[in-house]
Amino acid sequence: MTEEAAAAPTTIDLRAEYESSGAREVLEELDRELIGLKPVKDRIRETAALLLVEKARQKLGLAHGTPTLHMSFTGNPGTGKTTVALKMAGLLHRLGYVRKGHLVSVTRDDLVGQYIGHTAPKTKDVLKRAMGGVLFIDEAYYLYRPDNERDYGQEAIEILLQVMENNRDDLVVILAGYADRMENFFNSNPGFRSRIAHHIEFPDYTDEELHRIAGHMLEEQNYRLTKEAEAALTDYISLRRAQPHFANARSIRNALDRARLRQANRLFSASTGPLDAAALSTLTAEDIRASRVFQGGLESERRRTEVQA
Amino acid sequence: MRITQGCFSFLPDLTDQQITAQVEYCLGKGWAIGVEYTDDPHPRNTFWEMWGMPMFDLRDAKGVMIELEECRKAFPQHYIRLNAFDNSRGTETITMSFIVNRPETEPEISMTRTEVDGRAIRYTHSIAR
Repeated sequence: MTEEAAAAPTTIDLRAEYESSGAREVLEELDRELIGLKPVKDRIRETAALLLVEKARQKLGLAHGTPTLHMSFTGNPGTGKTTVALKMAGLLHRLGYVRKGHLVSVTRDDLVGQYIGHTAPKTKDVLKRAMGGVLFIDEAYYLYRPDNERDYGQEAIEILLQVMENNRDDLVVILAGYADRMENFFNSNPGFRSRIAHHIEFPDYTDEELHRIAGHMLEEQNYRLTKEAEAALTDYISLRRAQPHFANARSIRNALDRARLRQANRLFSASTGPLDAAALSTLTAEDIRASRVFQGGLESERRRTEVQA
Repeated sequence: MRITQGCFSFLPDLTDQQITAQVEYCLGKGWAIGVEYTDDPHPRNTFWEMWGMPMFDLRDAKGVMIELEECRKAFPQHYIRLNAFDNSRGTETITMSFIVNRPETEPEISMTRTEVDGRAIRYTHSIAR
């Protein structure tokens, strides 16, 4: 028996590994900070377990090489793909699968050049920056333009595929985008499908979850809602969902930003005397009800639906 | 003749693992790394050819090592060095530089003494292959 084999441990305490790697903190943070997204959290927990076991197997000499960790995140806009990618980078770093654990978030523009010979250096530059971390490609399907066969996107895809295969222990690639278009993208680029092990789907938030998310956002910014404003927000969410360009949590964040704007305006024009902290941090129903959503959305959108009807 | 210049010139050639560790150190200091190559190691030849732009915003040494590997593939019989640039003075100042590749058979540097103006001596160095 070689010395090395004798020195290798014969048992591994998974629980202790889990605690000492710091993976638990990331998972708890995920649970605490992200509302809803149950299937996503379950998948991430499964992935974390798999990676822990894989690590333990490597220590016992049962497994060699790095498992494929490239992922695809599919879901509608505003469902938390980027936020989860950030947490995923932290998790992979804690578990020792990426060395630095930073997230480089790019879109087609960052990878694809404008003229011949521009794409390869650009893509390589991004890949070099992402080494040791996670490369997050948002709306990845834009890389592939089937209508233009001379599109430089294909070149970027080829470089990406090569690096995803050869540098598996240097970086993890996460592709993100809408579910149906990602499906098309994978169908036309089978190389990607076979190199991606984990497909995670992000469901839309329910109205109740969006309401809690709004509460979360306001709390962070030290705002609060009156009773009537709470009711107005509930109405707002259900109305907004039915209107075009609904982007889940992002729509809610924008709505709250505009409500703050109206509140500031209201305070500025209506107040005569000094204001206390409560007045400065309270959003009332009128701040929310003034939204165009309650009049049936943007004027241009409304006209369009009328023409169609 | 074994030509040396820059950091670590008294050490044997660094292995890739050692180069990686040095690059990690540079990146940890916030320095950008550039790869340069030349076939003319004359001490007066300070400007070597640049292998692409210096690499800014890197987090991990692997990015540099990929470029170095490409450069070695293209110029296996050239001298290659890594330069680390520090921008804390407001300009990109080279703070560290070391050779990472050398040709199998290195040229000789020979010195010529020329007598001028009476007994004064001028020294010139030339590369002989």
